[in-house]
Amino acid sequence: MKRLVAALLLAGIVSPALAQEPFKIGLILPMTGPSQSTGKQISAAVKLFLADHGTEIAGRKVEVILRDDAGVADTTRREAQELVVKEHVNALAGFGLTPLALATAPIATQAKVPMVVMAAATSIITDKSPFIVRTAQVMPQVASTMGSWTAGQGIKKVMTVVSDYGPGLDAETWFTKNFQAAGGEVLGSLRVPLANPDFAPFLQRVKDSQPDAVFVFTPSGYGAVFIKQFIERGLDKTGIRLVALGDVTDDDQLNAMGDVTLGVVTAGPYSAAHPGAVNAKFVSAFKTANGGMRPNFMAVFGYDGMQALYDAIAKTGGKGDGTALVEAMKGASWESPRGPITIDAKTRDIVQDVYLRRVERKDGELYNIEFGVVAKVRDPAKSE
Amino acid sequence: MATNLFDGLAYGMLLFVMAAGLSVTLGLMNLINLAHGAFAMAGGYITVILVNRLGVPFFAALPMSFIGAAVIGLGLERTLYVHVYRKSHLEQVLFSIGLVFMAMTAVSYLAGSEQQFIKLPAFLASRFDVLGVSIGAYRLLIIVVCGVLAAALQFVVARTRFGAQLRAAVDDPTVARGLGINVDLVFAATFAVGSGLAGLGGALGAEILGLDPTFPVKYMVYFLIVVAVGGSAGMTGPLLAAVLLGMADVAGKYYLPQFGAFIIYVLMIVVLLWRPQGLFVRAGR
Repeated sequence: MKRLVAALLLAGIVSPALAQEPFKIGLILPMTGPSQSTGKQISAAVKLFLADHGTEIAGRKVEVILRDDAGVADTTRREAQELVVKEHVNALAGFGLTPLALATAPIATQAKVPMVVMAAATSIITDKSPFIVRTAQVMPQVASTMGSWTAGQGIKKVMTVVSDYGPGLDAETWFTKNFQAAGGEVLGSLRVPLANPDFAPFLQRVKDSQPDAVFVFTPSGYGAVFIKQFIERGLDKTGIRLVALGDVTDDDQLNAMGDVTLGVVTAGPYSAAHPGAVNAKFVSAFKTANGGMRPNFMAVFGYDGMQALYDAIAKTGGKGDGTALVEAMKGASWESPRGPITIDAKTRDIVQDVYLRRVERKDGELYNIEFGVVAKVRDPAKSE
Repeated sequence: MATNLFDGLAYGMLLFVMAAGLSVTLGLMNLINLAHGAFAMAGGYITVILVNRLGVPFFAALPMSFIGAAVIGLGLERTLYVHVYRKSHLEQVLFSIGLVFMAMTAVSYLAGSEQQFIKLPAFLASRFDVLGVSIGAYRLLIIVVCGVLAAALQFVVARTRFGAQLRAAVDDPTVARGLGINVDLVFAATFAVGSGLAGLGGALGAEILGLDPTFPVKYMVYFLIVVAVGGSAGMTGPLLAAVLLGMADVAGKYYLPQFGAFIIYVLMIVVLLWRPQGLFVRAGR
């Protein structure tokens, strides 16, 4: 009898606590290793989001558990598994690189936990699990936009130079596709190994082929060496134009890359110099909270990932399971610092405006200044 | 064509200066030091800090990158490496790879994981034509500096008293000690100079190879190939190997971009099948 009373009492104490159980988000990011900058930017943005929107939504406390995977896929998978099994997280988020997202996809599917991809950009990712939602960018989205734009500039002959890994090949394929569809000719497609010691031979080959322009995609950080050598080799003076994707002139690195980047044209979903009140507020709050660090595209992707989750929690009244949360995120639409964005209801991938930008000096700093926009771009690889 | 050879030569010379120290420690002192690239990285970061933060002129920072890396090398040799000289190769590998990871983490903690860029004097970014060959000023600088160093090294090892002591100390430390050679001092000095050279190479190479905390791992393979292909006879072997690899790498990436990254491995396999001990081997080991 005593025991029963105790049990009842315990149940009475526990059940309100159960209703109060926090909504746990397992955030897995490369906080160390070569992709540290991605982790730093996204985690700072997530912190900012929590400060801006509070840690309670629809009567539930939100708790973010940050884990470092150092950019190693095995670790991402292990951390995800631990977060699901031990911490009982309600959602997974982060994923700095394509392999990290791919390694975790089966866990999201089996555990029926929404997985918000905040950085990895290869097209196939969202196909790998019905629980994956992406708030980052999709490589074919930006690459195809750049392909069409380049062709529209009267540029007839192009060489492509991309880093030899998933997103690089996506970039090459979709730039080429749209550029050729518009009547352009691709003279050659060069793939540079990621651990490449020297761009000289690739640049020399570009120079000798005499294209009208060279299209470049490298992950953030590698681009600077390329652009420096492009100038040093005098390719700009032979009239070869340089067009690239936003990763190459990453806001996080742009000032350190220096004046050689002036005039480089890129396509990308976000620039810290994007006009508008939402972004102005975001940038100034981000800088204040992070000792003057400028937010880059990754930061915005992370911020929007949190927005997607918050909206879904609110929509499901704080009670939704994984499936309901993903359903709630489908078709969601809001004003991000980068402009209006939507989660495609069918593909769970992001639909966003892609901007054409040129590196210019503004207030003594280098920025990607937007001069053109293609509205509501879907992932072309999925709309076929 | 000629421009490619020139670029390859510059790249090869750079590899040589960075790997020279390794070929001495591995080939002569019989110590497997996988942390060699960490000294190159140290030299690179010393230059970045001096030039970008403290405003030291680039040319004044170069010797300091040598001295800085040499001092670090000497300190580690006296405190840590001295204990592993006589240990098995496996223990040396484990020890030095551990050191690499510590160095990478330390650098990324102190300086961040992003790429570093050294602010170079403007004239080094210029380019000029010689007999129709387009030459970059910076690469020319690399060839000149590294060429002079290579000649000096070869001279020291092959012709000076110190070189003779070093070779003696390596061949038979016990007898060398009996002849009054301070073997510990010779090893320490050699290790320090090797580290210093790596540091200078890292400083010169940052512009071309990039510089971030993964540097020691990213280029470890290249250093080891230089030593493996070059063999252990003095400085000529590694020099030739480095230049050969540099040129093959550049030419391969230019003419066969789809196999570009693989060419140097093919070259290594071919050379090692033909001469398993490397291009040049000292007799009597």
